[in-house]
Amino acid sequence: MKVPPGVSPSDFAKAISEFEDAVGKEWVFTSDEDVALYRDPYSPFLGEPDELVASAAVAPDGVDQVQKVVRTANQYKIPIYPVSTGKNLGYGGAAPVYSGSVVLDLKRMNRILEVNEENAYALVEPGVSYFDLYRYIQEKGLKLWVDVPDPGWGSPVGNALDRGGGYLMAHLRNHFDSHCGMEVVLASGEIIRTGMGAMPGSRTWQNYKSGFGPWVDGIFSQSNFGVVTKMGFWLLPEPDAYLSGTVYVPRHADLVPLVKILNYLENTRATNGMPDLGSPLLQIPMISEIAAWMSGDGPPPPDAELSGLLGNSEAGYSPELEAYALRKGVSYWSCKLSFYGPAKANEANWEFAKGKFSAISGARFVDNESYKLPLTPEEHEKVHKPQFGIPSLAMFSIGARSRTNPQPTNGHMWFSPIIPRTGEAIFEANRVFNQAAKEFGLPALAFSLPSCYWERAFIFIFAFPVTRDIETNKKNREAFKKLVERAAEHGWGEYRTAPAYQEAIMSTYSYNHHALLRFHQTLKDAVDPNGILSAGRYGIWPKHLRSQQA
Amino acid sequence: MRTRWLVAMSMFFAVSTPAAPDQAQVERGHTVYDKWCFPCHGTGPGKPGTDSLRQRGQNPAVLEERTDLNASMIRFYVRHGVLFMPTFRKTEISDADLDAIAAYLTRNNKK
Repeated sequence: MKVPPGVSPSDFAKAISEFEDAVGKEWVFTSDEDVALYRDPYSPFLGEPDELVASAAVAPDGVDQVQKVVRTANQYKIPIYPVSTGKNLGYGGAAPVYSGSVVLDLKRMNRILEVNEENAYALVEPGVSYFDLYRYIQEKGLKLWVDVPDPGWGSPVGNALDRGGGYLMAHLRNHFDSHCGMEVVLASGEIIRTGMGAMPGSRTWQNYKSGFGPWVDGIFSQSNFGVVTKMGFWLLPEPDAYLSGTVYVPRHADLVPLVKILNYLENTRATNGMPDLGSPLLQIPMISEIAAWMSGDGPPPPDAELSGLLGNSEAGYSPELEAYALRKGVSYWSCKLSFYGPAKANEANWEFAKGKFSAISGARFVDNESYKLPLTPEEHEKVHKPQFGIPSLAMFSIGARSRTNPQPTNGHMWFSPIIPRTGEAIFEANRVFNQAAKEFGLPALAFSLPSCYWERAFIFIFAFPVTRDIETNKKNREAFKKLVERAAEHGWGEYRTAPAYQEAIMSTYSYNHHALLRFHQTLKDAVDPNGILSAGRYGIWPKHLRSQQA
Repeated sequence: MRTRWLVAMSMFFAVSTPAAPDQAQVERGHTVYDKWCFPCHGTGPGKPGTDSLRQRGQNPAVLEERTDLNASMIRFYVRHGVLFMPTFRKTEISDADLDAIAAYLTRNNKK
């Protein structure tokens, strides 16, 4: 049996025994075979001595059991690493940041404690997946939608705490922003409830977010200050209808006014779904098209002339490429807008949007789907499901073997910088990352478009493949870290990352001699003095391990 | 790592044919399969596991329609993953549930 670093075998044996008393022998995993299930299958260290691995795992079935486990861990100074569903693939999976930690697997805590249709909220435990919550709502016949991320096997709690995103309206698709109220077990074993939940008998825990006094919920996301055991989420009452329309613009420079107008429309809520950028000319699918394109249902390959022009373009542009686009009538950029609401309001908002975009010379419009909700079974099979609050795994087609991808990957890790929401920033980021890829020996980067998950900023999401070749993975890791530094030099920071890069990225948030990180450390020392919870997560190391990391 | 993989793979073909599963076990397996496997390996669009197997030349590509799977193979892939398919922990799919999935997916094998 592997023993956590800094823990004596006898103390670990006593702790394991107490874990077994707390949760039942069946739910404490110490054999190599069982502990191996907690490896990150998408780890960039696969097969290397530096791979981050657990020593054991313990799976409580309720908050009282969590308290017992945490108290035992605190007594014996056992590092523990809570995970909810452990499916944060591309951002870490179930493996701990501090190798040798005991994974606190909360998957068995899978109770949907309340779903309130009238006020559109849910209260769930960490082991509840998006699939679980969706099925529950369907089985009960409730007219509610859940904002889901692309992989539906994640949990609302885990995804929100890692600050993931979805597809619906802006106030819901930021999953941390859409939560309302938490229950947290601290390292001492004490339970706190945040927001209105701090009041015994509160009747608005899932209705009013901030409660009274400092609003502390944020410190439990991307951190290691407590074990979140319950979380409330706002849901969307099923809208009357859905409508989408796409605007196409002809010239390279049109991206700048396209984004400017888009921002106006979204910030005034004239459009209320996630906007979706694409490029017919550069053959960049919109997010809602990726799964279909990867399955082979994309456009035909570019003709010989276009292939040559694309190969000779720089950061997605050359005068000749633009001339081709204008001559052939192939649009440079596209933007799909989604509207949820009363059918007539959707139509009016789309007409309003067309009017605004018509300021761009040559803009043309295509009316896409228009559905009266709920979807029919036939419509259900046609749509990009997360746009309708339906969990799915379709986006895993990115790595799967397909007509367009004969060599499947062993997983991926995401490089995800946040950039300003302007067309100019898109161009600049492409120039910078293209140049960086050349310098760092990466394959040439095709022009990329950012996603619009967040309403006031863009996010680029670049996939680094994980391979079975150690040398390739090493090279990719180094390149990843260099890209992080290069992005930071331009004022772009990552929003989230896998354990292998959390410290490197936190170090780029260095204003005033890393004052923010030092504040995190002050909090860490105060609320978890023995440093047992998720050591190293998001670059926050407990005091006794800080010197080892410096 | 690679050696361990190959040894485990070779064990697929070393197991004896199990006794025919009972109907309750098959039904339980169907339920567990729908929850855990169908979203990637089911029928219809947007099923990366099915698409991947189809692209490899597997026919039929949908696991439920195959008659050439065996329990060891199923257990191996669930517990070890393959390519972009991750491992599944015992808190997700228990050993008993995994046995039930195996019973379901081998229900039509020639005895």
